[in-house]
Parts: sequence; C-alpha cells; structure tokens
Amino acid sequence: MSISPLQLCLLFSSALFCIGLIGALSRSNTILVLLGVELMLNAANLNFIAFWRYGPATSPATGVIFVIFSIAVAAAEAAVGLALVIAIYRHQKNIRLQEADRLKG
Amino acid sequence: MTWPGLSLFSLPLAAANPADSFLERAPLLLRDLLTGALPDPWRWLANSLIAIVATVVVFASLFAVMTLAERKVLGRMQNRPGPNRTGPFGVLQPLADGIKMLTKEDIVPRSADQVLHLLAPITLLAFSILTLAVIPYGRNLVGLDLDASVLYFFAAGAATELSVFMAGWASRNKYALLAAMRALAQLISYELPLLLAVVPVVMLASSLRFTEIVAAQGSWAWGFFPQWFVFTPWGFAGFLLFFTASFAEANRAPFDLPEAESELIAGHLTEYSGFKYALFFMAEYFGMFALSGVAVTLFLGGWNAPLPFLTMVPSYVWFALKLFPLLFFFIWVRATFPRLRMDQLTRFAWKFLVPLALINLGTAAFWSLTTGWSGPLQLVRWAIAVTLVVGPFVVMGRRLSAGVRPRQYRYA
Amino acid sequence: MLPLVVIALLTLATAAVAMALRNLIHSALLLIGSWGGIAAFYLWAGAEFVAFAQVLVYVGAISMVVLFAVLLTRRSRTDIALAPDSVGRAFAAIVTGGAVVGVLAGAILSSPLGAGTVAGNAPAISVRDLGLQLMGSHAAALLVVGGLLTVALLGAVVIASADRAEKEDDRS
Repeated sequence: MSISPLQLCLLFSSALFCIGLIGALSRSNTILVLLGVELMLNAANLNFIAFWRYGPATSPATGVIFVIFSIAVAAAEAAVGLALVIAIYRHQKNIRLQEADRLKG
Repeated sequence: MTWPGLSLFSLPLAAANPADSFLERAPLLLRDLLTGALPDPWRWLANSLIAIVATVVVFASLFAVMTLAERKVLGRMQNRPGPNRTGPFGVLQPLADGIKMLTKEDIVPRSADQVLHLLAPITLLAFSILTLAVIPYGRNLVGLDLDASVLYFFAAGAATELSVFMAGWASRNKYALLAAMRALAQLISYELPLLLAVVPVVMLASSLRFTEIVAAQGSWAWGFFPQWFVFTPWGFAGFLLFFTASFAEANRAPFDLPEAESELIAGHLTEYSGFKYALFFMAEYFGMFALSGVAVTLFLGGWNAPLPFLTMVPSYVWFALKLFPLLFFFIWVRATFPRLRMDQLTRFAWKFLVPLALINLGTAAFWSLTTGWSGPLQLVRWAIAVTLVVGPFVVMGRRLSAGVRPRQYRYA
Repeated sequence: MLPLVVIALLTLATAAVAMALRNLIHSALLLIGSWGGIAAFYLWAGAEFVAFAQVLVYVGAISMVVLFAVLLTRRSRTDIALAPDSVGRAFAAIVTGGAVVGVLAGAILSSPLGAGTVAGNAPAISVRDLGLQLMGSHAAALLVVGGLLTVALLGAVVIASADRAEKEDDRS
C-alpha cells in the first residue's frame, strides 16, 4: 500500500497532536501544559495547510486565511494564559496544577 | 532535482538585461561565466552557493573595515588618534584583532549549560546572515526575491532575540541573566515601532516584496526630484522612527543596555571569550548592516540613483553610497549620546515611538487617499501631512520631557 | 516526499523530547524549535506567507512570553529542574495519546484521501491576493481578530501587573 502525500501530512499532524495531548495530560507544570495545548493547536493548523495543498480544489486562499486567523488567536491565547500563570504564581508561589485547587485567594 | 511544492527552491534565476550598462551587468556576467557550463539543476545550486558566498564575504570584509572605522572615528571624536600601530595608520588592526580572537582560550564556565552556551553564538550569526539574503543590493543583485520578503526579514530578525536569551541563560551568571531579561524587554518593546514604521511603506508601495518597494521609488517628479519615500512627510517620520528603533534592535548605543559595560560587566557576553565572542561581535555588526540596508531600501530609494542622468553609475554603487552614511551615523550617535536607563528606554518606546508610529500610519493613509489632489490642493495636502507629523511629535515630546531638565553638576 | 519525511521526523522528535525533559528552559527552547519545524513544513507546502507569520509570531513573540513566564515563576535562582511527575499519570496519558493516534492513523490510512492528487500542483496565492481577500471578503473576521487581540493583550497586562506592592515583595 502506498501512502499519498496528503496521508503523510495528516499522519504527521496527528502524531504532533498526540504529543501535545500527552504533554498536556502528563505534565504538572502549568507552562508545559499550556505549551502542549499550543502544540495541539499547531497540529490543527498543519491539517488546514495539508488540505489546502492536496485536498479538493477550493478558493486558493481558504486554508491559508484560516491559519492566519488561527495564529493570531493562538498569540492572544498564549498571552492571556501566561499572564494567568504569573497571577497564579503570585498567589501561591507555585505553578503546579494540582495545587491550584482553591477558589479562595 | 525538482522538489514538488517547494516554491522557494524553484525561483527563476536573475538574468542580465542586455539594455543595462556593462558595469551594471558585471556581477551577473561573472557568475554566468563561472557556472554557465553546468547542467540545469546543478547550475541553480552553484548560482545559489555563489550568491551566499558573495554576500557573506562582502559583509564579512565590511565588518572588518567597520570595526577599524568605528575605532578610528570614535577616536577622532574623543580627541585621540585611535589604533595606529599595526600597519600604516593602523589599517591592519582588524587582522590583528582577528588573530587575537582566534588564538584566545575558549572558556566555558563549569556550571554553564554547555550545549546552549555553544549554540547561542552560532544561531545568532546564522539568523543575522539569513536577514541579509532578501535585501536588493542592486538592480539584479538580490539573494532571495521572495513574495513576502519584508515579512521574511522581520521573521529572521525576531529569531535573533532567542539567541540573546540563550546566551544570557546558558552562562549561569546573574549579570548575564539580567542582561538577557533586559534584552528581551528591549527587543519586544522596539520590535513594535520598527514594524509599525514599515507598514506605511508596504501600504503605499502595495507590496511586501523589497524589489517592488524599490521599483515604486524609482521615478523622478519634474525630472529631478526623486520619489523616495523619505521625501514625503510620512516617509520622513517613518524613516526617523525606523532608524531610532533599529538602534535598539541592533543593541547599539544609546540603547545598548543588554551589554551595558558599566552596569552589567558585558551583559550576555560576560562568559564568552575567544572565537565565540568574535561571533557575537560579528552578528551585532551584521544586524546593523541588515537594518541599515533595509532602511535604505524602504525609505531612501534602495539602489535608485538620485538624479536621472546618474543612472549610468551602477545601482550597487548607489546602494553602498547610501549605506555608508547610515553606518557612519551609527558610530556618530554612539560617540554622542549617553546610555539610557531601563525605565527610560521602555517608556521612550511605548509612550513616544509607538503612538507616533500609529499616527504616522494615519498620515500615510491620508497621503495615499489624496494622491489625486493637484495644483493648490497639493499644497494643502503637504500642509495637512506635515502638521500630522510635526504636531504629535512636539506635543508628545513636551509630555515626555516634562519635569526633566539638564542636570547641574554643583560640585564639579 | 523526502523533505516532508525529514521535516516531520525532526519536528516530532523535538516536540517529543521537549515534553519529556525535566529542564523547563530546555523544554521551552525545544518546543520553539518544533514550531520552527512546522514553519518549515508550511514552506515546503508552498505557503510562504504563513511560514513567515508562524516564525514571526511563534519564534519571535510567543517564545519571548513563554521564556519570561518561566523566568518569573521560579522559586529560586537555580530552580529550573522540575520535580518528577507521577508515573501513573504519565502512563495514563501515554495510553490515551497512543489510543488517539491509533484511531486517527487508522482512519487516515483506511480512507482514500488524496489518492488522486498529483504532487506539484500547489495552489498559488500571492501575498497581494491574500491581502485583498483579508481586507475584502474576510474584513469582518479581521476586525474581530483585531478586537480580540487588543482585549486579550490589555487583559494580560491587567492580570500580570495587579498588586504592584505584592510584586515588589516577590522580587526580594
């Protein structure tokens, strides 16, 4: 069985997605969890470009524009997420996720 | 060797235009003489290699000349002769410096992060060389003529920040780490005005390609007035903003806080010696060349001649003639201005440069909307645009310097 | 195909090593490297603009924020190595991730996706067309994203800079 380029791209992105997932599930450092989520988002972007490149012909800009918006949203997400990490750290001098279990400041 | 989809590697080769003068075509003719006999994929590879080697060799020798020129000019500005012992008038000083750097011991602190300590100078130099690839040095002299070359330039430039951080972190030295933090804060703060100053140019030239931006400036009004962007109100303001921010991006005085020797020993370079230090030094100068080259390309007309009859002089000569004054300006400013404090530095970026750059964006929009105005309306257009540039500058300059006056040395 | 395989393997390797390391700075730097690898993939696929945007945003901006966050949340100057995470959780995560990748890979391989496409016919999109589309038919989305970015950055500043006095205590 031969693998088409599109399938190879999709395998690449799903593997990347799972690495991000494993990281987000197994690590207890908030920053690393955030980075794992970021990696999953990147894997999704990868799919958009793969289908834009090899998928059925659509408008030539569709996938690219979606990825551009997605990158912008990811930047906003990272900024807010890391600001929250710093705020959590200030409250309890620690950024282990397990210990961030109190609603009381 | 066809790589499907890799559009970057299938760019058409620049060909010499027979209408140009001989000197204009000379570099391309020389290249074709060397590689003309090769079959096609290999010829492309050889041409690319020649372009890379030529860029690196030219800028490495410019780096050698620049170190000497900087020390000589700084010396004259401080009433001392500068280096004058090696060779006639000290012209062999760069050679002596190079030998000294190469033969010095390479010290790596025991607790340093060995891998990152090695990687930092290498990546820094690699990214600075990458930025040099897209600048059009002459009519046909551009390494990579990408569709989004402006974006490429800033992407490669942004990656250098990472190397500075790596150097500071890997040294395991508190001054180096402090310097790395400062460098990050400074580079983030000044990336913004740098990019915002470029946006009007992209808007007016309606292209992200450096060669098209140069072509957009390649005509003369009334047969003698060059249409360079610097000769418009928004272009002049944009040039000043870009050049100011590029001092900070290139870590040059008065914004050289990451390596402020009187406060932080040598900043992120504290634990570097020998050849690695030389690499950092080289990358700093390459960054300076790249930013000056982009300033020339975006605002000063690139390789265009200032007057129509001067086009017989090859375009790359004009590029060099515009580049050297900017480099001299870098040295001049270093000799003139004292270093800023960290809070002054960030306040200057966020409260002065960024708002001015945003207002300049509006000015450029006004300028591009009123291209149809002619006759007396042209005067009105200039008046409004100049007011939009000068007014905010005066108002915000007043606010920024409120309560600050020259220090008086009572016991001096 | 060969460049794609090389890029994919390098990216996956950096990402996997980054997620397994105990040194937070090394993890962050390796992850930044894998973002660069994704940019290389975009370049390979012919989406130059997206590749440069990826480098500019991820390697230039998000990496800086991440590194700042790492440096600002250390307990002491030398504390960058993390305590080992629980083995049980790691095992469960790997099982989950393995199951997900198994399902996805099975679905991808059994589907006839892209079997008919010929390599080399990349859809060409110039930056100019892209800009016209962004400003034309996608202008509303562009405005929304602009608003979102502004609000997010202001929010981030407000969250991170609250309680100035408390922050001074942290530094000492």
